[in-house]
Amino acid sequence: MELLVKNGFVYDPLNKVDGEIMDIQVRDGRIVGRVSSSAEVIDASGMIVMPGGVDLHSHIAGSKVNVGRLLRPEDHYWDVVPKTPLTRSGVGHSVPSTFTTGYRYAEMGYTTVFEPATPPLKTFHTHEELNDIPVVDKACFPLFGNNWVVMEKLRDGKLNECAAYVAWMLKVSKGYAIKIVNPGGIEAWGWGKNLTHMDDEVPNFGVTPREIIRGLCKVNQVLGLPHPIHVHPINIGTPGNYRTTLETMRCVEDLAKDGKPCIHITHVQFLAYGGVDWLSISSHADDIAAYVNNHSHVTVDMGQVIFGDTTTMTADGPFQYRLYQITHNKWVNADVEAETGAGIVPITYVRKNYVHAVMWAIGLELALLVKDPWKVYLTTDHPNGGPFTEYPRVISWLMSNKVRQRIVKKIPRLARVRSNIKDIDREMTFSEIAVISRAATAKALGLKDKGHLGVGADADISIYRINPKTIDPSSQYREIRRAFRRAAYTIKDGEVVARDGKVVKTPTGRTYWVDPQIPQDQMARTVSELKDRFEDLYTVRFANYGVSEVLLPRSTPIPAQSTL
Amino acid sequence: MAIKVVLLSGRSIGQGRGKEAGKESQLYAEAATSCELDRSDLESLGVQPGANVRVATPSGSVILVARRSAHPHPGIAFIPYGPWANALVDQATDGTGMPSFKGIDAEISPAPNERVLSLRELISASCGGR
Amino acid sequence: MTVYDDVVCPFCGCCCDDLRIEVEENRITKIENACVLGRAKFEVYRVDRHTSPVGLQDGVPRPIKLEDAVDWVAETLVKSRYPLLYGWSSTSCEAIKLGIELAEEVGGVCDNTTTVCHGPTIQGVHDVGEVAATLGTVRHRADLVVYWGCNPVHAHPKHMARYTIFPRGRFVRGRSERRLVVVDPRRTDTARLADVFVQIQSGSDYEVISALRMAVRNEEIEADAVGGVPVERIEELADLMMGCRFGILFFGLGLTMSDGKNRNIDAAISLVRDLNARTKFLIMPMRGHFNVSGANIVSTWQTGYPFAVDFSRGYPYYNPGETSAVDLLARGDCDSVLVVASDPVANFPRAAARNLVGVPLAVIDSHISATSTCACVTIPSAFVGIEASGTTYRMDGVPLPLRKVVDPPEGVRTDEEILSAILRRVRELKRGG
Repeated sequence: MELLVKNGFVYDPLNKVDGEIMDIQVRDGRIVGRVSSSAEVIDASGMIVMPGGVDLHSHIAGSKVNVGRLLRPEDHYWDVVPKTPLTRSGVGHSVPSTFTTGYRYAEMGYTTVFEPATPPLKTFHTHEELNDIPVVDKACFPLFGNNWVVMEKLRDGKLNECAAYVAWMLKVSKGYAIKIVNPGGIEAWGWGKNLTHMDDEVPNFGVTPREIIRGLCKVNQVLGLPHPIHVHPINIGTPGNYRTTLETMRCVEDLAKDGKPCIHITHVQFLAYGGVDWLSISSHADDIAAYVNNHSHVTVDMGQVIFGDTTTMTADGPFQYRLYQITHNKWVNADVEAETGAGIVPITYVRKNYVHAVMWAIGLELALLVKDPWKVYLTTDHPNGGPFTEYPRVISWLMSNKVRQRIVKKIPRLARVRSNIKDIDREMTFSEIAVISRAATAKALGLKDKGHLGVGADADISIYRINPKTIDPSSQYREIRRAFRRAAYTIKDGEVVARDGKVVKTPTGRTYWVDPQIPQDQMARTVSELKDRFEDLYTVRFANYGVSEVLLPRSTPIPAQSTL
Repeated sequence: MAIKVVLLSGRSIGQGRGKEAGKESQLYAEAATSCELDRSDLESLGVQPGANVRVATPSGSVILVARRSAHPHPGIAFIPYGPWANALVDQATDGTGMPSFKGIDAEISPAPNERVLSLRELISASCGGR
Repeated sequence: MTVYDDVVCPFCGCCCDDLRIEVEENRITKIENACVLGRAKFEVYRVDRHTSPVGLQDGVPRPIKLEDAVDWVAETLVKSRYPLLYGWSSTSCEAIKLGIELAEEVGGVCDNTTTVCHGPTIQGVHDVGEVAATLGTVRHRADLVVYWGCNPVHAHPKHMARYTIFPRGRFVRGRSERRLVVVDPRRTDTARLADVFVQIQSGSDYEVISALRMAVRNEEIEADAVGGVPVERIEELADLMMGCRFGILFFGLGLTMSDGKNRNIDAAISLVRDLNARTKFLIMPMRGHFNVSGANIVSTWQTGYPFAVDFSRGYPYYNPGETSAVDLLARGDCDSVLVVASDPVANFPRAAARNLVGVPLAVIDSHISATSTCACVTIPSAFVGIEASGTTYRMDGVPLPLRKVVDPPEGVRTDEEILSAILRRVRELKRGG
């Protein structure tokens, strides 16, 4: 099957293509050099052509997301999706049902979405939901930062054994990366407590957040995983937390190798607060950005706040309890034995609320103050900052100082004073948008065939109805938002799956997972040791734990070469 | 000799085992047609354990076998889940979807000359059958 | 002889996965580690079942061909304006997904047994949330376990042995380091094992829970007794709950079915929320059927709603009290019913059951049931977890693999196969085929 995307303005930053008019040729699902004259032609004249969007952090599947859906029938009532002959029905604004999630991403021109936090004991559930998210390629990150075996191994200085265990866990859960959330803090939350300093000891485990992060950073390197450790540090959502965020980034500085990133800090907006309490909260996005600018071992993603109603959900149980205490909203807690936890609280971000306005400013400041767009990615930490369907709005804000300043005039004066946004006039280019929403994220994930349009890449292409030569993103921010919300064409593996924001085909996406290659005898020892103590750890049997590859309709393992 | 009680329906081991043996089995019938009463209530009623009693609520009435509870709960009758108990339950759900299976005001009277219906007879009588 | 280890029991929400089953020549010859209920299921499953589809003619069940049975069901569903597809809690997630797809295809209502079980619990969760965990956290940490309005000795026999009172956890050695509290209107068999038994008046749960909340918040209770319980005992219980290191409140149908229903759950969850200001405390419902959690979970991710999902508008719509099975039947709104893996004629109030029987009714079930004896068409299916594999979700949301250890009788298909066939036929009919 051949496709010719003709005459579009192509933005392919990985291959240094910056808005040239070019043809993109596709055969059998891949980008090729030439196609024959019988290729189907898509006329992309006057339109922008980019690689399909790659979202590396969006809570779309799994036990906690699903309890979020259960918690919020009111979120569903006002956003319904009728069945069509081709598509399933669904619901949901901030916590959409699975079919709706896939369709809406496809409509925006996204073709790859990763679920960033799954408890290994329940990751079978996560994959079942991912299987019901149509069109997009996907993966999930298992949680390791409060895992009992990991903490014990690191406490005992057994790094190689820890690495072997992590390797086993990634294989068995079909996970893609090492996710760390509030390291040690969620174990403390098992007793209703939390940790607030990097050198606080986890009760009963004798390790600290610093040791957990450093240990897993080393494990990540030993296993040769494609993505660095993906970290949600301690103290999220707490005034003054920018200090611990900097400390977190610093704590693995010495482990960096070859100038490559060895840590990714996620949704940094929630982690860049100054002040000592909510009254004095201020933006320290400039300090965070300065550190990121001066160091090559760390990358970040935004976690942008969108004014409106949404749902917060993270593995950070103690944080979510605090949020419940602040907002008095309904609250879900869900601890997972020997592994991690979760919490959910609905929230409405209000522009008139000084705190929310500062949070809104911080996300944008981070993206605009970090000079290199390859280091800062577009996310809302869906749905924590806002629904993923608002990415186009964020794009319009990043590209237009005019609209930002309009909003700045409407936020409380105190928020203006305590943030930097009013003084930033940088406007991102289409190329930079392509970087932060696809090229950089694909690169960060180690997905060599995604995020670019070079020969050999997967033919995941999005075409947007904007003419970069005639549009002025600064003043025409509404058009920008609308165009990115409804792609003119979304192409997945060389097939048109959406046209003008309507899904026209619903193929099944791939499920990526990482398969660390470690010596057989090491794996055998790890498994044997685990089997011996499995019933002491869990209330399920070893044989019934994990995810068989058979469950994944398009299982796509990525081998990783370890140094074990 | 009739007494007023509060009726609770619920699970019991016998009903659980019985339903696996089949809803038409002897085991199930024995479990699901019991009406467990407190010793003092049996005395007020003037019946021995094993005697037939009529249990009536605003929704209906059914003949069951009185049994003595091992533990005191005066004023409460316990009937395991099943179609016999459900002859006594109102279909109103108070807008929740859930009928009031527990906490039903009932009257119990001795029924020495009436017999317990089999499952088929009960369904026939209740539902008309097909 | 084949030995199957680590078999997941398909009876109650405990989903114990340590069963050991021996099979010789397609017969189960030994069952180890099962409780009396699980054992009953494995021992007796072979009896009391059809081995071919039957249709009721003049009140007599006669064997019919599977294709004819499938045709009848498909035609009936397609012709219906507002069909009800009910049951689901005793089959696999794979079958449940097909059921939802089928209900969506025919614009009907897909409801499961939650509607007469923990539906009120879910309604409480919609309002206030929930404070829960997987069962292992209880085993590892809990020093105070409260069972309220439930009787695990009868309904979840291995719950205390596997998860809560007797087993050893990382931080708690066993029975001696745990306190068991039972709250119930009757001194049940579970109450007899309790360290503390609080006997309350039937239907007074809301008041007693509210009194406990007051005690936890240091408010004065202006009464001598609440729900038949002296205020001093209520205050003692509150102290016990506040003074523990890690407490958990398990509750059952005593709360969901009694006066107050979803408000009882709202109150219980709110009590536990309040307790979290003092100590670590959780709350969990005791789910009855082995895969009722799965029915909720699958329904929620696919449609946004956990049960009583109405597709008649073309998109999922949910309103318990309106779209729930008993209410639909009470109002006589549904013009046909498909029952899968459940027995509503036995389990619903009589008046609702009567309306069930009054419309075209089909049943897909492994057992002969009260409902199947009234059904126009019954299609027998394989027992999930014995004769068919599939996924189930434990009461705490942990997914587990159900096994197939024996073959079903000749001619008996799985729920998945039957529902797939019906769905295919429905689509053919809708296309004009």
